[in-house]
Order: sequence, then C-alpha cells, then structure tokens
Amino acid sequence: MELTGAEILTRCLAEEGVEYVFGYPGGAVLEIYDAIFRQDKFRHVLVRHEQAAVHAADAYSRSSDKVGVALVTSGPGATNAVTGIATAYMDSIPMVVISGQVNRPAIGLDAFQEVDMVGITRPCVKHNFLVKDISQLAETIKKAFYIAASGRPGPVVVDIPKDVTQQKAKFSYPASIQMRAYTPAQKGHPGQIKKAAQLLLDAKRPLLYIGGGVVLGNAADEVREISRMLGLPVTNTLMGLGAHPGNDQQNIGMLGMHGTFEANMTMQNCDVLLAVGARFDDRVISVPQHFLSSPKKIIHIDIDPSSIAKRVKVDVPIVGHVKDVLADLIGAIQQSDHKQADITNWWKQIEAWRAPNSLHFDQGSDIIMPQFVVQKLYEVTGGNAFVTSDVGQHQMFAAQYYRFPEPKRWINSGGLGTMGFGLPAAMGVKLAHPDADVCCITGEASIQMNIQELSTCKQYHVPVKVINLNNRYLGMVRQWQEFFYGNRYSESYMDALPDFVKLAEAYGHVGMRIDKPADVEGALREAMALKDRLVFMDFLTDQQANVFPMVQNGKGLTQMDLPPHMRNLQIAPPTPVNERDYGNLC
Amino acid sequence: MRHILSILLENEAGALSRVAGLFSARNYNIESLTVAPTEDKTLSRMTIVTTGSDDIIEQITKQLNKLIDVVKVIDLNESDHIERELMLIKVRATGKDREEMKRMAEIFRGHIIDVTEKTYTIEMTGPGHKLDAFIKAIDPALILETVRTGASGIGRGERILKV
Repeated sequence: MELTGAEILTRCLAEEGVEYVFGYPGGAVLEIYDAIFRQDKFRHVLVRHEQAAVHAADAYSRSSDKVGVALVTSGPGATNAVTGIATAYMDSIPMVVISGQVNRPAIGLDAFQEVDMVGITRPCVKHNFLVKDISQLAETIKKAFYIAASGRPGPVVVDIPKDVTQQKAKFSYPASIQMRAYTPAQKGHPGQIKKAAQLLLDAKRPLLYIGGGVVLGNAADEVREISRMLGLPVTNTLMGLGAHPGNDQQNIGMLGMHGTFEANMTMQNCDVLLAVGARFDDRVISVPQHFLSSPKKIIHIDIDPSSIAKRVKVDVPIVGHVKDVLADLIGAIQQSDHKQADITNWWKQIEAWRAPNSLHFDQGSDIIMPQFVVQKLYEVTGGNAFVTSDVGQHQMFAAQYYRFPEPKRWINSGGLGTMGFGLPAAMGVKLAHPDADVCCITGEASIQMNIQELSTCKQYHVPVKVINLNNRYLGMVRQWQEFFYGNRYSESYMDALPDFVKLAEAYGHVGMRIDKPADVEGALREAMALKDRLVFMDFLTDQQANVFPMVQNGKGLTQMDLPPHMRNLQIAPPTPVNERDYGNLC
Repeated sequence: MRHILSILLENEAGALSRVAGLFSARNYNIESLTVAPTEDKTLSRMTIVTTGSDDIIEQITKQLNKLIDVVKVIDLNESDHIERELMLIKVRATGKDREEMKRMAEIFRGHIIDVTEKTYTIEMTGPGHKLDAFIKAIDPALILETVRTGASGIGRGERILKV
C-alpha cells in the first residue's frame, strides 16, 4: 500500500518511539498535521511560538534518554525555531526538528513563506537535510535520529517540501543505518587509558572536572565510582550539575566565572586534572594563559576529538564515550600495581579553602534574598525536583544553591544562554515526567520572553511551578554595569512590569506574590502541594543582590571578586602566566 | 604556515557550502579551494589551501572530520606531494611583443590555445609560484585577463586517499 509523504513521516516517528511532538501548524505542513490527526501513536503539543516548541523538545530530551522532536512550518515558523536549534546545538542535545518547505518547483523563487532552512541552520545543527525525493524520506528520518543521538549528540533538521508530503510511495523503514562518512568513536585508546591511570595514581593534587558530557553520556555512576576509589575532589561545570551529587562531601561545587572559591582554587592549583565531558569553556577557565600553572598535567576524555586541545593543550587525550572510557580507566587503576600517592594534605588545603563558605549570604528580615528562595526550594523539594532555568542572575543562584543530587534534573541553556528557555523547558520536562515536581526558576525579564506558553500549559494541563525572582532589573546586566560601567544602568531597568499574579490568573493558573522572607518557605510548600495546578510565584527580591564569587572577564580563576564576608581574606597571588606557549589557542 | 588539505566528501548538494561555512564561521582562512567529483561519482575530492599554526590546522582537520559529509581528510604537507594549478592568461600580442610572448610561453611550458590578430590566450599549469613567476616575467601592460584555479594536490608515490 502506498502512503503519502506525510503519512510516511508520522509512521517513521512512531517507529522511533516518539511520544510527543512539539509544534505549530502552517501552510507547508498542513498535510503532515492532517496525518497527525489521523494517527494515535504520538501526541502533538500545540505551543504558542515555535521557539518554545524547540525548547520544549530540547528539555524533554535533556531530562530523559529520548530524542526530542519539534515540527514547524516553512518561512517564519522555521526562523522562529532557529534560536531553539542553536540552543540545543551549543549544549549537544539530541533533537530532530522537522520543518516544512514550499513546493519543490517553487524553491528558490522567493515563494510565500519560503526561507532557505538548510542554509539558515547550517552553522547551528549537527547536520541537516532537504528531502528532495519521497523515496528518500524514510531513510532520511532514520538517519536524522541516528545522527542526533549518536556520537556527540546534537540537533538535526529535516526540511520537507509540501509536495513531497503529498506524493505517494511505498513505506519501508530501514532497521539500521550505515554511513561511511560517520562512524563515531566509542572505546578509548587502551594505551592512553593506562597512561591516565598512572598519572592519577601518582598525583599529589588531583582534581576531577566534569561537564555536560557526563550527563549526556549517562556516566554519573562511573564518575561516582572513580571519585570514591581515589578520593578525588570533584568540581562540575554548569552543564555538569548533578553528574556528581551536589551534596556529596567530595563535591566542591561548580567552578568558573561564578564557581565556588574552593573549586576555582583547586582547579588552579591541582597537579593532575581529569577532565571528563567538559570542554574548558571560557566561562569555566576564563583565558587559557591564566589557567595553566605548570606542572599541571591534563587528561581529557571526550567523545568529540575537536573538543580536545581546542582551548588548552592536553597531555593525555582520550577520545571515546565517557561511560566506556571511565569504566576502562577504573579497570586500569584496579589492575595497576602502583600505589596511590598520599593526598591528605591536598584535602586539608581544599577544606581550608572551603571553610569560609564563599556562598554565604545574609538573609535579613526585610527583603527576600534571591539565594534564600533557591535554598528554601531545595529544602522544600528535598532536592528531588527537576529545575529548569532561564538565563541571568537567577540561573546562577539556581546553579549555586540547588544542590542537585542526580543528573538530568538541571535543565538550562548553558552554551548559548537563551532567555525564554525556562518555561517551555519546564513544559517539556513535565510531559516527560508527569509525576515529578518541575520548577522553573526565572526572572521577570526572562519569563517575558516566552510567557505566552502559560497558555500552552493551561491547554495541556501542565502543572509546573514558576519561581519568578523578580528584582525589577535585568539582574546580570545590572551587575555587569555596576562592575564595568560605573553604575550606568543603561536600559537594564524593567519598568511597567505586568502584575504577574493577575497575569497568571488571566491564563487560568494560580498566582502568588511573596514579598517577605518569612513567607518564602510557606509559599513554596503551599505551591508544591498544589500538585495539579500551575502556580506562578512572584518573589519580590532584593534589587541589589549580586552573584558572588565572580571571576571577571580576562582574569585568572583565582582572581575572584568575593562576597563581603571574605573580602579581607588572604588569597594566593594570581598564578603567573604559564611558560607553555598558548599564544594561538585563545 | 601554509598547508594543503585534501578531503574526500560525499558528492551531495550542500556539501561544499558546509565546508566553506565551517571555515568562515570559525574564522579560518581559505587561500584556495578546488572541488570536483572523483572516478566514484558519489564522492568529491576537495583541495583546500589554508594557513595557520599547527594547532589551528589540527582544529581545522578535526572540525572537518566532524562534518557528516566528510569521509576523509589528510594534510598533504605531512609528506611529499605534488601541487598543480591551472592558469588561463590572455595577453596582448602585437608587433615585436608577438614573438616575445610566444617565446616566454614556451620557456614556461605554456600552450597558446587561442590566437587572434592582437591576442594570445595561454594555458599554463604548475605550482602557484611558477604561475606567479610567469606573470612577473611579462610586461604587466600586456596582460588583458587572468583566470586561475585553486591548487589541486596529490601525494607522491604509493600514498593515496581513498575510501
């Protein structure tokens, strides 16, 4: 029996086990929407803006082990999706975005709602396809899912002309796919792994530095095992939150621009660094010249060879799937007849750095501190909630004070820093985990970038909790204007804010306003207890609160701006610029 | 340093723009780029001349390998190789210049492939610096038009790039 292209597409998605498609209809995809109407294998979620569809699909994927799927129409539908695609690309999230295209004979003729989707998304996808022939449709979809989820994951765009969706062909779905040009690595090089084991055992000041790759590669167990085995201090990137339990004694917190004092000091002073699924991002190590203090030896495990030696030179590069490589590394350490060097003094030093508690803040009785809200949320939810965030100060507070015990619970736009991510992401997570608590920590500026999704949440009964840390400023912009622009608050003040409580109610949800510290915990408890309602909590927080510690752009990791209670602390002098030549790497 | 990269890639629509886009997006330099299908119609062979430190060339190679369409990449600089470029150059050839131009073309082993009363069109192949030398050797006022391809390169001897 012959099927239309649209039917073939829906059958392919069903074959891939797709549960939800997030999308928005339009002229070029009407045939597909009609086929969706006539099937019952997966559900479609009608968002209010295509950007939100992609973020929701992205977060659905981040919180589960599945590939997220979004569907948009041609032209403006496609361009609206681009921010979401770029967000997923920067964080290596497996996702398939299907976009409609105008009829093949009209391509290139500036037809109504035409845009070169393959061209426009080329720099921000892992790969993309234009399906020119219905005979290739099924195989292309198979390839798209395979490419998205294997190797270093990423978004794949499939652009389908409308007349292809209307044509008919026989349907057969390939069981597997072979691509001669695409064979992602899996196993690490045994010799390199042996070398790494040796280095780690000899290290007097070792450090395990983990990133989003550990979360994506499901390697949290292996990370825990190797850190236990060698008693390693563990620091994580923003993307690696939860990959090692944030409440574990060996976890010294997030590092980098807003990392803890102890994490940054440990990073800078370690002698052997085991980097796993982390890419030495500029928000993590600042500039390479300051980062490297000699005799630091770096072992770098990553599935993507191009992530290795991109920003810093590496002594032992290991390309492979982090889970497999770590398992092999654990084996190599166990088999080694070498005794591990004594690292008690190293831990003493780390504890001394940890003692002043660089995340300490003062919660008085008058004004709510944003940190306090996150801390209370952590207590109220017992650390078990999925937390999505937008981008800005609230994101950093969420990262610093919600001590994720598990991976895949922290859902945020790390690489691209996309405001408007939080609410649609919460939607995607809640659909993937209907019984879990899902909280979106946001700010009054970020939430307004995709606030229309409150409507989608109503339509599909998605009872997430929105925690709006409302300081009436673009908080991070204000902080930078204070630090670098002489307090000239150019366009960072949000005037004419909506009444968020009424707004939430207008969309059919529960709104709450909290302006006293004493009410924070009670409000959170009340909101979390309303299991089947979306609750929008508008916390009026301190307008002056800043994120500390902070490493300013261009400075070394140990040159932190510290919170007030640590300003008189004697800090080690800035590490000298390393002798190794990094001239061309930054 | 100058490097010459040789790439086998799937002969598919958009493959060239993925490679070119990679260079522009990542701020790498392309000096020249030539591409054409190979004896296997499903594969194209591309030669890119680029400059950069060893670290940058390493990154370029890794990033190229990451592209789904790219089957293989080698840096021809790593061992002996041959490079050729093709130039078509149209020159004014009248009076005493006519005989002189013919002699020059012969010295550089070029072929005159089109003749009019006033012009010669010379075809010349060789490494880029030889073509440069020819241009330098003749009177610039006589050059009417120059067309050059980018370099094509191949390893010497047994070294081959194949799937």
